[in-house]
Parts: sequence; C-alpha cells; structure tokens
Amino acid sequence: MSNVAEMSSGKLPNELFQKHGATLDAWFDERFTKKLKELEESKTPSLAIIATKGTMDWAYPPFILASTASALGWDVNVFFTFYGLELLKKELHLEVSPLGNPSMPMKMPFGPKWFQGINWNIPNLVMAGVPGFEKVATGLMKKTVKNCGVASVQELRDVCIEAGVNLVACQMTVDLFGYTRDDFIPEIKDWVGAATFLPIAQKSDVCLFI
Amino acid sequence: MSTTAQELDARGLNCPLPILRAKKAINGLQHGQVLRIRATDPGSVKDFDAFCKATGNELVSSEQNGGEYVFQIRKH
Repeated sequence: MSNVAEMSSGKLPNELFQKHGATLDAWFDERFTKKLKELEESKTPSLAIIATKGTMDWAYPPFILASTASALGWDVNVFFTFYGLELLKKELHLEVSPLGNPSMPMKMPFGPKWFQGINWNIPNLVMAGVPGFEKVATGLMKKTVKNCGVASVQELRDVCIEAGVNLVACQMTVDLFGYTRDDFIPEIKDWVGAATFLPIAQKSDVCLFI
Repeated sequence: MSTTAQELDARGLNCPLPILRAKKAINGLQHGQVLRIRATDPGSVKDFDAFCKATGNELVSSEQNGGEYVFQIRKH
C-alpha cells in the first residue's frame, strides 16, 4: 500500500530505488540531454520584431535583422506600429533628423578626404531654424549610404518580402493616424492588434522592440 | 578541389548585403555545388562563418587576398 502511494507521488519504492535508482537516474539524464539536443537542432529558430520608428536611420535595424534572419532560415514576424507603419507605405518618404541627436555624425559624403573627415558641429538652434534642414541631412545620408555599399531601405524591404518575412501592421495605428489600407504595400500579411502579436512573440526565440 | 558552379561579386557591398546576395545565389544551386564569393567587407569573414553554421552549408574556404576576401560555400 505504501509502495503504491510512493509510486503515485512520483517516488520509487524504497528497495527498488536503492537497487536501480542510480542507473535509472543516469539513463534518464543521458536520454533527456540527447533528446533535448535533437529537439533544439530540428527546431527552426524564430524572430519577432516590433518596429515603432519611422525615420530613415531607424528603418534599418528591423529590416537588416529581419532580412538576415530569413537568410539564416529563421521564421520572422515584424509588427509595425505607430511611426513604424511609415516603413510599410507604398512610397517610402523616410527622412532623418539630426536635431536633438548629438550622436549623429555630420559629415559630408563628397569632396577631398580631409573635408569628408570633418564632423560639422551644428547647433540645435540652427538645425531647428533653417528651413529644409532635414531634407538636406536626408540627402547627405542617402549619399553616404550609397558610398558605403549599404543597401537602401527599399532594397532590404524587398528582400524581406521575397524571403517570406511576415509583415504585420497595427490596425489601431491606421485608425489613429487616419490612414487607409490603400496607403500601404499589398504584401502586408495581416492587420492586427497587440493581442494577436503577443502570442507570436511569446513563441519566438528572439523578440526585439525597435 | 571543388569546381565552382557560380561566382558572386559582393565587392563594395556592406552588411548584410553580401549574406543576402549569397543566400539568393545558393538558392539557385544544386546540392553539392559550390558558390565562390568575393567581398571587401571585413565583417563578412565572421558573418559567412556564422551563416554557414546556421544554414548547414559548408564553408569550404575563407581566404584573404590583400583587401579582398574570398569564400567558397558548398550547398548542403
């Protein structure tokens, strides 16, 4: 009777355990480690990204990581919300704003080497006051990107689409910002809310908020 | 010595383009065929190593010639 009680509580009967316990333990540990390794090796890794920024510089991290992960054979989901939705527009009009960003180098992508090396320290007051400053900064950044052999945002987005990355858009933001679905690329997989994306993120090996 | 089935010129391209272009080229290869890649991005040395480990393709060789890197990848 006591043996049955012990077994049902997950313990082996005393005499059995004394005789075989160590062997069983060793067998289980070995089998478990092997099985775990098998499962890990056969599993397709997955990445979930929440893209929330809509400037040209911040468009890069989600698209670089998503396209690279897809090249590695991973399953990738990207949820675009708030300003991140800008990255899914049919026509990309992304700009970069150096205003209030002291970490952004202000260098010229043309001219002799000594000239290109100068980091122009432009006061915030000037950046804020000069009309079209962001347009100029964006133009310079695009030129720098091209010079350095870095892909354009459009190119990386195309790779993501081609590789079957799931691009999902936040329906709430569409309503909030007064957009219509026609403003966006038709390759968007779904229009969803947080409740749909969270379970996807939960099952992902890597989850990033950008 | 393995014969190269396809060449990929990734010179002048920066992360992650060499990997993305290589992946695309490998997709068009048959099992066992070799892709030869030329690149100038110093980061591509570690990236191609990691890429091959993750995708199960074989990194046959990884060499440096001056400012150029040459990789040979055999499709799994």
